[in-house]
Amino acid sequence: MKKWLEPLATAWVSVATHKLRSFLTILGVVIGVGAVITLMSIGKGTEATIVSRIQNLGSNLIFVQPGFFTQGGVRGFGSANTLTMEDATAIAQQVDGVSIVAPYYQSNLQVVAGSQNMRTRVTGITPDYQQALNLQTTEGDLISQFQYDRAMRVAVLGPNVKNTLFGQDDPVGQPIRIGNATFYVMAILQSKGATIMGSTDDAILIPLTAMQQAFAQPRTASGGHVVSSIIIQSTDAQYTTLVTNEITSLLQQRHNIAAGADNDFTVSSQDQLTSTLAEAMNSMTLLLGAIAAISLLVGGIGVMNIMLVSVVERTREIGIRKALGARERDIWGQFLIEAAFLTFSGGVIGIGLGWGAATLVTRSGAITTLVSPDIVLLAASVSVAIGLFFGFYPAWQASRLNPIEALRSE
Amino acid sequence: MIQLQDIVKVYLLGKRQLEVLRGINLSIEKGEMVAIMGASGSGKTTLLNIIGCLDKPTSGTYYLDGKEVSRLSNRELAGIRGQKIGFIFQTFNLLSYMSALANVELGQRYADKRNSHRAFEALEKVGLADRIHHRPSELSGGEQQRVAIARAISKDPALILADEPTGNLDSHSGEELMGILSGLHKERGLTLLMVTHDPKIARYCQRTIYVKDGLIVNEDAI
Repeated sequence: MKKWLEPLATAWVSVATHKLRSFLTILGVVIGVGAVITLMSIGKGTEATIVSRIQNLGSNLIFVQPGFFTQGGVRGFGSANTLTMEDATAIAQQVDGVSIVAPYYQSNLQVVAGSQNMRTRVTGITPDYQQALNLQTTEGDLISQFQYDRAMRVAVLGPNVKNTLFGQDDPVGQPIRIGNATFYVMAILQSKGATIMGSTDDAILIPLTAMQQAFAQPRTASGGHVVSSIIIQSTDAQYTTLVTNEITSLLQQRHNIAAGADNDFTVSSQDQLTSTLAEAMNSMTLLLGAIAAISLLVGGIGVMNIMLVSVVERTREIGIRKALGARERDIWGQFLIEAAFLTFSGGVIGIGLGWGAATLVTRSGAITTLVSPDIVLLAASVSVAIGLFFGFYPAWQASRLNPIEALRSE
Repeated sequence: MIQLQDIVKVYLLGKRQLEVLRGINLSIEKGEMVAIMGASGSGKTTLLNIIGCLDKPTSGTYYLDGKEVSRLSNRELAGIRGQKIGFIFQTFNLLSYMSALANVELGQRYADKRNSHRAFEALEKVGLADRIHHRPSELSGGEQQRVAIARAISKDPALILADEPTGNLDSHSGEELMGILSGLHKERGLTLLMVTHDPKIARYCQRTIYVKDGLIVNEDAI
């Protein structure tokens, strides 16, 4: 046998001889590591889901939303009618580095098709909106500039809306009633899943011009056409910050906002949203990990406790080994390796359990989890480190025993 | 092989000093088989511990195999124990969770002389070739002590020290064990030093040393 393997073999024999005790010793580490893996993977998975929802939208997007006013100390968000079509036009004309400016107006309306009816969000859009959000159809064509300019009564349905209204039937060419107006279905969107802007799967898209004609749309005091929000795409990711700043100052000027006063709108870029949310999720993941790490610490103290008992129990063995010529560092190394071996085994079992738990959580459909290799590596090395750290003192005690007294002990 | 000059060992019991060895002078040649006898508390075990490098004398010098070991550090003493000394204890002191063979190999391990073949040979020598995979609990007292002998001889030590090796055995096993030890002594020229209460056991040895009150005395003084 290789010389360096010998202490490992000794550790194995000693652990295998005291199976129940060894198992109880590492139980704390097993649970701790399992908890770390599960919680961290939930955190990471949620983070990945949120980031992908943002990225799902499209790229280099900037969102202008109304509101963010303060009233009596309460901050509102998106509830004021402050953005107008005219704002959108001004942005398109006066801000450089902008490829798309897509204002839209949303309203919850009753929709009827045949015998089916539902209340859903109807969005009046410009054709650019579809391009900015990377929308694709499974059937039919998206709303064209031609249709937009002529305010044609056409509608594009999200897949969920289509299923509710038409089931398995082919809806293209069929009429639907939105509010009191009749529109013709011309396309079905590809499913895109959830995004932070809400899911387009549940949307009905119609030309904004048709919406303005068919339904009364609020106007501002100065007579502007109110829109819910404006989506802007910058020509290049590197201009995003610049474009964001320019839009902000342009709107401040158009809305007559005094220097230092709160804006009645919010401009945020996709990257900002991504990094803010990712940061928030990251600190949540760390928090979860830290909570789990406490149980790992408790597990480590348990290991130290049992190792100290083990040293007392095996005093005679230590005496025998010393009489046979074992040096202090041989004894010290033996107990240290034993502790590290124990906690490493606990770590491996814990990783398995945590992984299993994370998989179950994903299967249950509640949250998507992500077990990343760095978490596994971290958990494994932390469990060894715990053994080395909490085994240090018991091992040192063992190595310091006087061989004569140790041999005399029962 | 062993030269002890004015070995004094004083233990501190609280504030009281207890002089266990009061000036031992002793010389043992290579290949000798020597018994140490004396009453309980005479200091014979302390003497054996010092000779076995488990303990250090308070004063005096001790040469083992031509080397002065009375001033060595604990670490160096552990090295000497591993390389040069084989112990046989009254209570056998085998590790209960290891097989006979593993126990013998453990003796070689700290001498860096690990050799399974030689460990087996040593067990064969004491008549346990068919018991090498048995644990101590599956062996009789006499067999356990034979494993201990195999453990002591398998690393080829310069000196074998036995503390009451037959103390926990019935007289038949005791005689059998002494037969093995004296056989090994004759065959291999081992240097053997044993502490015993039993004059019958001491008779196997070429020489007997009597210890009383921390001094070596004549047989008549006992």
